[in-house]
Amino acid sequence: MTDTAYKPKLSRLFRLQWEEAQSKYVLLYPEGMVQLNQSAAEILKRCDGQRDVVTIVSDLEQAFSMTGLANDINEFLDIARERGWIV
Amino acid sequence: MSEQTRIESVRPPLWLLAELTYRCPLHCVFCYNPLDYAANRNELNTAQWIDVMRQARRLGAAQLGFSGGEPLMRDDLEELIGEGHELGYYTNLITSGVGLTEARLARMKELGLDHIQLSFQDSTKEMNDFLSSTKTFDLKSHVAKLIKQYDYPMVLNVVLHRHNLDHVGRIIDMAVAMDVEYLELANTQYYGWAQVNRVHLVPTREQLQRAEAAVNEYRVKLGNKMRILFVVPDYFEERPKACMNGWGAVFLAIAPDGSALPCHAAKTLPELEFPNVATHNLHDIWYNSDAFNRYRGDSWMKEPCRTCPDKQKDFGGCRCQAYALTGAAENADPVCGKSPHHGELQTIVLQAQAARMGQTQEQPILFRNNANSVRFRDTKVEVL
Repeated sequence: MTDTAYKPKLSRLFRLQWEEAQSKYVLLYPEGMVQLNQSAAEILKRCDGQRDVVTIVSDLEQAFSMTGLANDINEFLDIARERGWIV
Repeated sequence: MSEQTRIESVRPPLWLLAELTYRCPLHCVFCYNPLDYAANRNELNTAQWIDVMRQARRLGAAQLGFSGGEPLMRDDLEELIGEGHELGYYTNLITSGVGLTEARLARMKELGLDHIQLSFQDSTKEMNDFLSSTKTFDLKSHVAKLIKQYDYPMVLNVVLHRHNLDHVGRIIDMAVAMDVEYLELANTQYYGWAQVNRVHLVPTREQLQRAEAAVNEYRVKLGNKMRILFVVPDYFEERPKACMNGWGAVFLAIAPDGSALPCHAAKTLPELEFPNVATHNLHDIWYNSDAFNRYRGDSWMKEPCRTCPDKQKDFGGCRCQAYALTGAAENADPVCGKSPHHGELQTIVLQAQAARMGQTQEQPILFRNNANSVRFRDTKVEVL
């Protein structure tokens, strides 16, 4: 992902929601559901159309006191875009 | 398995399908509703449906489908949608579109309806109207426009069979013109009315291959713009479908009269008694009832399933299909190449083709309507 101005946003077809019974976040869409692991959920929570990718990375590195997350996050965003979860 | 380990290994339901009514203005020849639906006109009332929705949400269901019959036949549909939204469900309306006025559509939007699945029978007016035994093509086209005007995500559903498989390209073009997000091309599954009409519906292998090739071409062309789901025609497969993702695994359907079912077609299994939500709580139904536990796990399996390396993948296929085609629900689904009954599917396909060529006497096509349904109740017609 080379476009630095890109501000990922959850697609209108998907709803991100915490599900108590499953103890995880899920993406809900017409007649379907994606169960998310913690890191996927934390990234998607920040795909609000306001933050660019650099901001999302620094947010997450700060929140989890880690460094060097950029590659993993970019990889996930590529997959999420391909699956239509984010635009 | 002790009671405790059984409960721990059973995961909560994720899907609640509320079949609100069997009443329907359409008479589709491939409807999966029970043949004798007219014998049981009892419907849960509004308060009972709301109670079911609350209980299922507490258990863990996150997807809620309103279906039937035609769910728009219920005047309280809006109220139920509103309640479903409040409870945190993703709400799906599965409809023929008949009765979906602009006023109702607008109200449902306000109440939080998330998505609408609209069915068409074909891309042509003649075939759509013939298969549903109604004049509804123009009405459906109007409703499709309204759904997009109100900015709902939309799935267009078309059931495929011999009479429309050759129109797949035009059906996809129609979906593109309607600007739908998902197109579900569902090859007929032979349950209920589709099973009685099977000889009229089974396509040829060549038809299927052409349709699948057309779908793949369009997929490449359309990319992410529209997703096309192609439900495989399982009579032509070698491996069975993982029906319902396993019996009692994620899916919970409630029939109009309140019977709780692990799949829409489960009432065709005569040995099972399905608990009713009017007399049992859902937790008890899901975790403890014999009907929901009967085909969970693999201890019920016989050969060839018992020792099959794929048994956790396809769960031995569909119990209702195994029963309908072999007489025993615990047999392997004969769609599986390992089933000793697999060859009979080929015979059914060939018989349908012979009938089409006029080589055998053809039985009349049977529309799903009250008069025909009452006949099934009264005579208990043997289907096979």
